Amino acid sequence: MGANVDVAALTAWIGAFAELVARNKDLLTRLDAAIGDGDHGINMDRGMSAVVATLDEEKPSSVAALLKLTGMKLVSTVGGASGPLYGTLFLRMAAAAGDVASLDADGFAKALRAGLGGVVARGKAEAGDKTMVDALAPAVEALDAELAGGAPLGAALGAAVTAAEGGRDATIPMPARKGRASYLGERSVGHQDPGATSVTLLVAAAASTVAIG
Amino acid sequence: MKKLINDPANVVSEALRGVAAAHPELRVDHHNKIIYRGDAPVRGKVGLVSGGGSGHEPLHGGFVGLGMLDAACAGEVFTSPVPDQMLEATKGVDGGAGVLHIVKNYTGDVMNFEMAAELAATEGINVTAVTTNDDVAVQDSLYTAGRRGVGVTVLVEKIAGAAAEQGRPLAEVAGVARRVNEQGRSMGVALTSCTVPAAGKPTFDLAEDEMEVGIGIHGEPGRRRVPLVAARKIAELLVDPILGDLDFSGGAGVIAFVNGMGGTPLIELYLMYAEVVAILDKAGVSVARSLVGSYITSLEMAGCSVTLVKADEDLLGLWDAPVRTPALRWGI
Repeated sequence: MGANVDVAALTAWIGAFAELVARNKDLLTRLDAAIGDGDHGINMDRGMSAVVATLDEEKPSSVAALLKLTGMKLVSTVGGASGPLYGTLFLRMAAAAGDVASLDADGFAKALRAGLGGVVARGKAEAGDKTMVDALAPAVEALDAELAGGAPLGAALGAAVTAAEGGRDATIPMPARKGRASYLGERSVGHQDPGATSVTLLVAAAASTVAIG
Repeated sequence: MKKLINDPANVVSEALRGVAAAHPELRVDHHNKIIYRGDAPVRGKVGLVSGGGSGHEPLHGGFVGLGMLDAACAGEVFTSPVPDQMLEATKGVDGGAGVLHIVKNYTGDVMNFEMAAELAATEGINVTAVTTNDDVAVQDSLYTAGRRGVGVTVLVEKIAGAAAEQGRPLAEVAGVARRVNEQGRSMGVALTSCTVPAAGKPTFDLAEDEMEVGIGIHGEPGRRRVPLVAARKIAELLVDPILGDLDFSGGAGVIAFVNGMGGTPLIELYLMYAEVVAILDKAGVSVARSLVGSYITSLEMAGCSVTLVKADEDLLGLWDAPVRTPALRWGI
């Protein structure tokens, strides 16, 4: 039986991500304070709280509408670099999803890949730059590979989480080449990237919600 | 954390209420967190919009007024404003001659202003963006997000603002802004960290006998942590890399700007200015104009930055032109 990622599943995903961000707010802020400006947790928490409130109020009826609303809200509430990056991720997902009531597993993976493409285009980051791309790209790769091998969405997302965590941890020894952390040069080595950390939460939230049922 | 605040979440909006009350000549859009010139949009004049994270006051809101900015967008503390704000400000200052965005080169600011300019273009507004990147502490632009926009931003806003006030067209105003940025270099030092209200703790730890050289303006650590030394040595640590990066001799002299980071008293800034001028004298660089004070800050951080801009007669004339803003006013 194919997966059915509908508005309810995506709403659960966004809600779970918001919860994870809230729970890890201090961790994200602490990681950002070490190599950035110490506001990643605060900004993401503010943005995701606003997104959850908006979804609750407006109750979008299609997948694309939900993803677009999420992206727009993030762009207008998060600020910093994370606002345009996470906002673009969801806006590109919306464009790729199209005006449908639900996505199958491949459709969800395709949308997430489009989101990754948006992040790369907006941030001009490459693999190894010590950014959210270093966790999101391997997650998308793993998701695609597992689905291609016939795995159900739940198992594929489980593999994506493992890949994201691996990518996130791999940012620790990297010197940063993008964003404020890049100004530290070699001094950014030894610190886990906050963006890679928060986007791993996004993948984990997906694994715990969209594939259920 | 000891701060004169009510709720950390409301610092920016409550400060804007104070700005509105203290400066009735300005117009504050509290919803979008934008400070406008009272008479914006000025018909036929290029509109100047800047903005950035809060916590750098008086930058940018303190520079809104005749001869400088038409609007400033306030983000959260040390966080770029969002495209909605910049788009609204752009529409609000467009007097038919186009709008100049003055953007400090920080990843978030650049991305948000880019998105705003894309949106403004779809509404038929002619926007040109000039990005400031004067921080010589960032050496290897190939492996970083590029040099940061710091002290020169104040001088760009003043000088480009004067050019716009004279009625020069957008391309020319943008050209003036780019010239100031290209001829400007800065370097900063922190003696203490600073505390973002919402974080409640200092962004980094600095021992009593240490200083951080090559800082930006967002409380981010700099490039080197070294023992605290006398002002004369600190001045060398700041000025030498600037002079090593661009030839400042000749021309019409330099505009020399010693800026306080927020927690350093003016007496120390003037002491530093004397040291800076002594180094410039020895290097054969003549000072045409000066600015000393806290104009682009990092909350309560102690420390300073030095900015030099190689001037020409046009830039000096624009620098001397009348300006009437909360933080800079002369010639009126």
